[in-house]
Amino acid sequence: MSALAAEMAARALQLGIPLSAQLDLTYRCNERCVHCYLDHRDHGEMATAEILDLLDQMAAAGVFYLTLSGGEILMRKDFFEILEHARALTFCIKLKTNGVLIRAPQAGRIRALGVESVQISIYSHRPETHDAITKMPGSLRQSIRAARLLRERGVRVIFASVLMRQNARDYSGVKALAAELGAQFILDPTITPMMDGDRSILELNVDEEALREVFRNEGLVGNAEEFCAPPQGPDADALDCLPCSAGHTACYVSPYGDVYPCVQFPLPSGNVRCTKFAEIWRHSPQLNDVRSITLRDMPSCSLCAHGGTCTRCPGLAYLEGNMRGPSSQDCEKSFARTGIASENLLAKKAAPQLRPPSQLIQIQSLPQAVNSE
Amino acid sequence: MKNARYVARSAAIASRALGEETMVMSAASSTLFTLDEIATLLWQSADGVTPLDEIVRDKICARFDISPDVALRDAEDFVEQLAAHGILLISDQPIASPVLASGEPR
Ligand code: SF4
Ligand code: SF4
Repeated sequence: MSALAAEMAARALQLGIPLSAQLDLTYRCNERCVHCYLDHRDHGEMATAEILDLLDQMAAAGVFYLTLSGGEILMRKDFFEILEHARALTFCIKLKTNGVLIRAPQAGRIRALGVESVQISIYSHRPETHDAITKMPGSLRQSIRAARLLRERGVRVIFASVLMRQNARDYSGVKALAAELGAQFILDPTITPMMDGDRSILELNVDEEALREVFRNEGLVGNAEEFCAPPQGPDADALDCLPCSAGHTACYVSPYGDVYPCVQFPLPSGNVRCTKFAEIWRHSPQLNDVRSITLRDMPSCSLCAHGGTCTRCPGLAYLEGNMRGPSSQDCEKSFARTGIASENLLAKKAAPQLRPPSQLIQIQSLPQAVNSE
Repeated sequence: MKNARYVARSAAIASRALGEETMVMSAASSTLFTLDEIATLLWQSADGVTPLDEIVRDKICARFDISPDVALRDAEDFVEQLAAHGILLISDQPIASPVLASGEPR
C-alpha cells in the first residue's frame, strides 16, 4: 500500500467510512475448484435492481475500492450492466474471475469501462495440474487467453494462485508465466474453510516444509532474513493495534445480501434486503463487536511471542470457534516462517482432536440471511 | 484578455469524497491523488461547460479569502497538473458530455 493510500485508510478509519468492499455477485461458477469454500447452488441471488440500488448505497456510504467477485462474475447475464453502473458511480474496481468467459468483446468492454485491475486465478503453469484443480479441461488455456486479451488492451492483470498440495512446487512457473504476459503475481498460502464451517478442505494445505520454502523465496517475500526473523513479542503499540481492516474500513456482501466483516470472516452482520447498507455498517452489533477487539483483548495472541508480527486472521479464528482466539493456520505460518511454535500450536499438537474439526464451529445465520424472493 | 478555458473530469478515473477531501485514482496508471477542500470544489465544478474563471470566482473566491488573480493562477496550475495525469480534460471550447457522474450516487 502506498503512503498516500495508507493515509487515506487511516482517515477513513477515523471517519468510520467503509473505504473498501467486496461484493460477490454470484456463487455460481463454471469451474469446480477442489479448494473452493463456496456452495455453488443459487439460493436466491440479488436481482439486478437490488444490486444497482446497493451500489448506490455503497457509493453514498463512501466505498471507494470495490471488488466484484464470486463464484464466477461472468455467469451473471447482467454483469456488464452492473459494472457499467458501478463505474458511473466512480468506484475503483477490481474484478476477480477465472477468465474462461472473457473473449475479445468482453475484454474490450472491461477496458472501456476503466476497471483498475482484473485478478485471474491461475493455479499452475501446467495444464494437467491447473485443469485437475479446476476440474475443467482446457481451463488454463482459456484463462491465459483472457489474460492475453486484457493485456493487449492495456488492462492491469494479476495472476492469483492458492498454494495447495497439488501445486506446491508450481508457483515459480506461474510467476514466470505472469511476467511473460506482463501480469502481476500473488500467492495465497491460505486455504479457507467452507463458509458453513466444514474444515475438511484444509487437508489440501501444503506441509510445513513446502510452506517454509515459500517463506524463504526472496522473489516472493523480499528480504527473507527479515521476513523470517525470530519474533520480538508485541510491544505496547502492537497491543493496541486493530487486527485488520475487516469491519473497520472494509466489509463483504454476499450474493444474497448478507453483510460480513470480510469474505474470510463469515460473521452474519445484517442483510441489505431488509436494512440499509449504511445502517448495517454503522449500527450492526456484530460489526461493533468486531471493532471493539484489539490484540490486548486476545487471551492467547497477546501473550504470544508472534503477537506483533503474526498475520493472524480474525476471520479464520472465528471459523475455528472464537474471533478473539488464535488462528491455527496462522500459528502454522508463524512457525514455518520463524521455526518458533506458538503455545497454541504446541497445545494442538499435544492434544489429539476428539471431534472432527468440521463440527467445532457453527455458523449461525440471521433470519433473513437466505432470502429468495 | 485570455480565452475562456473549460475543464471536465475524465471518465477514466475513480473518485470518492472522504470527509472534506476527495480521493481520485487514474485508471491508466493506478496513481492515487487526494484533493484538498479547495481542489475538491474545483473538481466538483469541472462540468465541461462552466469556464474555469467563473468556477474560481463563484465557487472559490466566494468561499475563501483569496484574491481572484492568485486563485485563478493557482487553479490554472492545478488543472494543468491533473490534465498531465489524464484525470482532467482542458479545452478552450465547452466539453460535451465528457464525464461519468461526479461520484455522487443517484
Ligand atoms: S486478516 Fe482475515 S478477516 Fe482480516 S482482512 Fe484479511 S482475510 Fe479478512
Ligand atoms: S502465532 Fe498463533 S497464537 Fe501467536 S499471535 Fe499468531 S495466531 Fe496468535
